[in-house]
Amino acid sequence: MDNIERRQFLKLGIYSSAGLLVGSFFAFSKGNDKIDVLEYDDLLKFDWGYVVDTTKCIGCGSCVRACSVENSVPDTFYRTWVERFEIDNHEIVRVDSPKGAIESFKEDNFKSDISKAFFVPKICNHCYNSACTQVCPVGASYHSPDGVVLIDKAHCIGCGYCVQACPYGCRYIDHKKGTADKCTLCYHRIHKGEEPACVNACPRSARIFGNLKDPNSKIRKILNQRRYGLLKPDLGTNPKCYYIGLDLEVV
Amino acid sequence: MDLTQNFLFPNELHIYWTVMIVLYPYITGMVAGAFIVSSFYHVFGMEKLKSIARYALVASLAFLLFATIPLLNHLGKPERAFNIMLTPNFTSAMSGFGFVYMTYMVIVVLEVWFSYRSEFIEKFNQSTGVAKFIYKVLILGNTNDNENTKRYDKKLVIFLGGVGIPIACILHGYVGFLFGSLKANLWWSTPLMFIIFIFSAIVSGLAVLIFLYLFVHWKRKIKIDQESIDLLSKWLWGFMIIAVTLELMEVLSISYERTARWAILEQLINGKLKISYLYLQIGLFSIVPFLMLSVTSLAKFNVKIRNFIIWLASGMLLLQVLLMRWNVVIGGQLVSKSMRGFTEYFPGYFDKEGIIVSFLLIFTPFLLLRAFDHYFPFFPKKDK
Repeated sequence: MDNIERRQFLKLGIYSSAGLLVGSFFAFSKGNDKIDVLEYDDLLKFDWGYVVDTTKCIGCGSCVRACSVENSVPDTFYRTWVERFEIDNHEIVRVDSPKGAIESFKEDNFKSDISKAFFVPKICNHCYNSACTQVCPVGASYHSPDGVVLIDKAHCIGCGYCVQACPYGCRYIDHKKGTADKCTLCYHRIHKGEEPACVNACPRSARIFGNLKDPNSKIRKILNQRRYGLLKPDLGTNPKCYYIGLDLEVV
Repeated sequence: MDLTQNFLFPNELHIYWTVMIVLYPYITGMVAGAFIVSSFYHVFGMEKLKSIARYALVASLAFLLFATIPLLNHLGKPERAFNIMLTPNFTSAMSGFGFVYMTYMVIVVLEVWFSYRSEFIEKFNQSTGVAKFIYKVLILGNTNDNENTKRYDKKLVIFLGGVGIPIACILHGYVGFLFGSLKANLWWSTPLMFIIFIFSAIVSGLAVLIFLYLFVHWKRKIKIDQESIDLLSKWLWGFMIIAVTLELMEVLSISYERTARWAILEQLINGKLKISYLYLQIGLFSIVPFLMLSVTSLAKFNVKIRNFIIWLASGMLLLQVLLMRWNVVIGGQLVSKSMRGFTEYFPGYFDKEGIIVSFLLIFTPFLLLRAFDHYFPFFPKKDK
C-alpha cells in the first residue's frame, strides 16, 4: 500500500514540475521573436561558394564599404578588399590596395606606359581544407554544415594562430574584442535567403555567390562554362572562392 | 618578383605575434636546457655535475613557473586560457600545449620535492613558529627520514629525471613544430624548425646555468667547481656548433633551391633582418662566442681568465638565442604572404606587450631563483 502511495506521489511530482516547466517556457518566451533556424539536415543541402570575375571588377570599392558597414569591421582591418595590378611595358608589376580600397583608388602607380591593368577583389576563401580551422587549439574556428568557415567568438581565446595559418591574410584579431575575426559570407544574411553585402553592393556583378550543391544555381552554371583559377592551389587548402580571369601575378 | 612597391595584404599591417611570443620559446628553452643538464647527473650519474645538478633543476622550475605569463599577457581572452585543455582541438599543434606543459610541471615539481625532502624535514625539526608550519606543509606532515626513505627518494628522482628528458624535448621541440608546421609562413615552414629549437634550447639552458653559476660564485667569493664548469663549457661549445650549423644549413638549402620563396627571403635577410640576424645573431653572437669557447675548450691557460671568457661567451650565447627567437618569430611575420613586401614592427616601450613589460618578464624568473636560493639553498653561502 505504502509503495503505491509513494509511486503516486512521485508521479504527481513529475507531472506538476513538467507542467510548470512547459508553462513557464510559454509564459516567459516571446512569441514574435521566433527565429527560423534551419535544421542540420536542411543545412546540408547547401554548400556556399563564391566566384570573383576579375574581368568585370572596376575597383570602385563599393563591396569594401558595404562589408565594413554591414559587419561593423574595425578600422584598418578588412574582411574583404580590392587589389589593383598595373603592369607596364617592361613587365614591371605594381600592386596596391590603399586602405583595402575602401575609398576606391585615387591615382595610377605609373604615369604612363601601362600595358595591362586589372582589379582583384579578395575575400576569405572558405577553404575545404582550411588551415585556420586545422590550427585552432580550442575548436572555435569551424566549418558550418553549409560550408562556411565561422568563428565562435564566445569560445575563441585570441591566440592568433589562425591568423598566422591563413595563407591569404584574410583573418585578423579584433583588438577591442580580443578575438579572431573574418568574413562570414554575411551568415546572418544568407540564412535568410539574402546575398552577402559585398555581392549585393557590386555594380558590375563581379562577385557571384551561390549554392555549389545545386546543379541549377547561377554559380554552378558559371563554373561549368568558364575557366577559373584558385589562389595558392599548391598549399592544398582547396579554396572555395573561384577566380575567373585570374592572372599569374595574383597570389 | 618585384618588391619595389612593398605591397602587403591590408590585414598584414599589424603584427599579431608580438615580443611576448619571442619570450615564450626563450624562457621554455632555458627550462628544457637546464632540466636536461640536471638529468645528466641525476639519471646518467655524471659525478662532475654534482654541484650543478640541483641548481639546474631549481632553475628549470623557476623559469617554468614564468613560461606561461607572456602567453597569458598576449592572449586576446586570457580568461578563456583553460579552453585549451577543456575543449582541445586535436588537429591543432597548439592544443597539446596545456597537457605537455602540465605534465612537465608535475614532473619538475615532484623531482624538486623528492630531491629536497630530507632537507625540508631537517629544517622542519630546527625551525619554530610560522616557518615550522610552512615546512610542515612542504613535507606534507611526513617526517620519515632514514636510509630507506633516502634511497627511495633517490630512485624516484632518477625515474622522474628519466621521464623528464623526453618530455622536455617534446615541450620545446613542439614549440618549434608550432612554427615549422605553418605552410602559410615562408620563413617558418621547415621540418628542421623543431630540431633547431631543441638544440637552441639546450644552448640557452647551458648558457644560463654557466652564466649564473660563475656570477654568483664570484659575487659570494666561493670556490668554483672548475671540473663541472669546464665540462659544461665544452658542451656549450658543442651544442652551439650544432645549433648554428643546423640553422645555417637550413638557409643554405633554401637559397640553393632558388624557388620563389628564396627571392623574398633573400630580401628579408639582406633587408629587415640584416642587423638582427646577419650582423648580430650570426656575426657577433655566434662566431665570436664560438671562437672564445674554442680557445677555452682547446687551450690550457690561467683559470681566472678562462672562466671570464667562458662567462662572457655564455652571456653572449644567451643573447644569441634571444635574437634567434626574435628573428624567427618576428622575422617570419615581417614577410607579406603576398610575397611582395615587408611590414614593420616595433614593440613600443610602455605597451601592454612592450619593451618594459618584456624586461620585467625576463628578470622575474631570476629574482624568483634568488628567492629559491634563500629558502632552499642550492649554492653554498660562503666558502667554508
